[in-house]
Amino acid sequence: MSDQLIAVSLLWLFVFVYAIAASVDFGAGFWALVYLYRKENNMTTIANRYLSPSWEVTNVFIVLIVVGMVSFFPGATAALGTVLLLPVSIALLLLAVRSAFLVYSHAAESKYRRALIIISGATGVFLPLLLILVLPITYGGVIGVSEGTEHLLWGELLTSPSTYAYLAFAGLSTLFLSSLLLADYSHVSEDWRAYREYRKDAILIGPFALIAAILILVTMQEDAPWMYENLLAHKGWILASGVFYFLGYLVLFAPKKAGAPSPGRPRLAVIATVLQYLLAATGYGAAHLPYIVYPTVTIESGFTDETTFHALFASYIVGFAVLTPGFWLFWRMFMRDKKYLRQK
Amino acid sequence: MDQVVLARSLFGTTMAFHIIFATIGVGLPLMILIVEILYQFTGDSDYALMAKRWTRGFAVLLGVAIPSGTIAGVQLSLLWPEFMKVVGKVIALPFQIEIFAFLLEALFMSIYVYAADRLSRGMRIISVALVAFGAVMSAILITNVHAFEGTPTGFRLVNGEIVDVHPWQAFFNPSFAVSAGHVTVSAYMTGAFVVASMAAFKMLKRGLVEKEYVFHRKALLCGLVVGGLFSVLTAVNGHASAQHLYREQPEKLAAAEGLFETQRYAPLAIGGVTDRETHEVKYALEIPWALSFLADNRFDTEVKGLNEWPEEDWPPLFVHTLFNLMVGFGFLLLAMSIVGFTWRRLLKRDSFPRWMIWGFLFSGPFSMLAIEFGWIFSCTGRQPWILYHMMRTAEAATRTGNLGMLFLLFTGVYLLLAVATIVVLRAYFKRHPLGDDLVGGDLIGGEEADLHV
Repeated sequence: MSDQLIAVSLLWLFVFVYAIAASVDFGAGFWALVYLYRKENNMTTIANRYLSPSWEVTNVFIVLIVVGMVSFFPGATAALGTVLLLPVSIALLLLAVRSAFLVYSHAAESKYRRALIIISGATGVFLPLLLILVLPITYGGVIGVSEGTEHLLWGELLTSPSTYAYLAFAGLSTLFLSSLLLADYSHVSEDWRAYREYRKDAILIGPFALIAAILILVTMQEDAPWMYENLLAHKGWILASGVFYFLGYLVLFAPKKAGAPSPGRPRLAVIATVLQYLLAATGYGAAHLPYIVYPTVTIESGFTDETTFHALFASYIVGFAVLTPGFWLFWRMFMRDKKYLRQK
Repeated sequence: MDQVVLARSLFGTTMAFHIIFATIGVGLPLMILIVEILYQFTGDSDYALMAKRWTRGFAVLLGVAIPSGTIAGVQLSLLWPEFMKVVGKVIALPFQIEIFAFLLEALFMSIYVYAADRLSRGMRIISVALVAFGAVMSAILITNVHAFEGTPTGFRLVNGEIVDVHPWQAFFNPSFAVSAGHVTVSAYMTGAFVVASMAAFKMLKRGLVEKEYVFHRKALLCGLVVGGLFSVLTAVNGHASAQHLYREQPEKLAAAEGLFETQRYAPLAIGGVTDRETHEVKYALEIPWALSFLADNRFDTEVKGLNEWPEEDWPPLFVHTLFNLMVGFGFLLLAMSIVGFTWRRLLKRDSFPRWMIWGFLFSGPFSMLAIEFGWIFSCTGRQPWILYHMMRTAEAATRTGNLGMLFLLFTGVYLLLAVATIVVLRAYFKRHPLGDDLVGGDLIGGEEADLHV
């Protein structure tokens, strides 16, 4: 594997991890908002129990992506930074408001708490929609050049059907993934009422997320034929992804586990669904190559200095090795410890 | 307005806002660690309570510190694309390693805040120590990029192409040690004075019960002692920084001191306003020979004046005032902590006079102002360069429009967050008054329930 390919794979992996973690994070905020108005339920508490310790860690990944982008592909960053100034700035503003109000909703007086949960939940829903715009922007047709500077063609972007396919996919995936993970989280917490609700949400939304994914493929034929052809060459990944979608969906109806009053094996469903997204992302990523921004920036043209890349690569290995015990402790404390999960 | 000025205004506003939270984010964990350790050694439960209450405040501040830091990081790429090309190729390492420091801090912050009741005492101290370590490492590594801007090394620019890259040479650029040291000790100083300020604020309230007064007095003294210690270190390091400027960025030193003519036995101008027309510092207090001595420990040291460089390459002259304010506040704070320490520990007084407490109330804001002035001085004093003598700020700025609107939007959101932060902190501590905690008994448990919905 060439250095460029290693770099772009690593970067795409970060994007994938953030996409999953952020979907769950933003989605959980949204569910906290939805269930705020239903009486006598523990749903919002479950969502917040997941969110409180995890949002900071999730947020680090957005910085990891930006730093990975700058350090691996400074050429691409310069081009994208110019084009994305406006959408990314708006996303940053929403992110700031969302994170601050999320934290403040825990600390504020109860009369403001509702308002804060509503604002942080609602801004959280817009974020995945804004962030996913990077995908249709980088596969071509919406970047214009005038006086030597690139700029985003908003008209083209907003009238292209594929943009809306991506938007639908981002929104529905966020809700699907988060309801699925929260179903698992409440299953482990043995909060059966919350589990039934979140399972129902996941079952309801899953098929729509799939339809949105298919719509992306359909519109891509028209809007980025080069990529559609590449994707056909990598169709094994996409088909395998579809198989895992059905596996994940089916185990939600599996006979109940001993000791559980409701059917379904949410842990297996989460694993299968994450694999589903991973396979699809691999196929999508492979089909996007060698372009980072079509047709101007490739992984070769935007690449960083070789010596810098080797130093960075070494720092990644050392960094993640050093942090592994921290991640393990974090997992043990918040995702597995029954004392934390089952408190009332 | 001109594009470069707009880009600088937007980024400068982001940094000025973020620095407040970032500095407390470095300073406060150290204070929490110190009182956790004090609790371990003295067994005085007041210290455990301080750790608990400061951690609550810290958890709230993180709600803004983290997103504003994210904004700063992303805005770099959005506003300075040409500069980030150099960063990506040459000085990517500190950014990269900073992520790991940041992750370490985030992981153990969650563990310390939300799992405190399930950790052993030793593990709690380790967790908060790792939070403090991660925080200070983040600050040091980001400062490294700032240091690189002042003394870019480890590459060459040939016809606009970046060649001959040595990433570790760039990492250990000549300014790294001295700048990182300055940021670290000044952040510790500020964290301590912020704590002292809060304690003073509480002590001004009339009708405090004895127990509460004693609690706040301990916190105040903690803040003053640690703050005093680190203000001495900041001053010592600041002297080294100035000598470093003398060697590496002489025009920045000249602008800081308002010196136009190159000379031996150069005088030190304190205060006053630098006048571009007459080439002098008006209304300043001049100490003969002092600048030469400060620059290189000898009175006959030749210090370069601004006239050595074309006027278009001069930094803005108001940096002289910023520099003076930074140093002035630093010494004022040092004096405050000496007074406080002497009063309580040497004269053994049990209570402070109100005028003195009023003074301490301002120690935190003064310290923060010194940080702000220092950063503005340091970044403005490098102008017109974004990479000293290699790339001009104007060459690096984005050419995309909309900057004016974005400037207004971001400034508006920062104002909103600043107000929300103050309101929330006040409301939170009003709902959890110290009195309740002092009788509460269970110091460690209950933490988490409070911070969740």
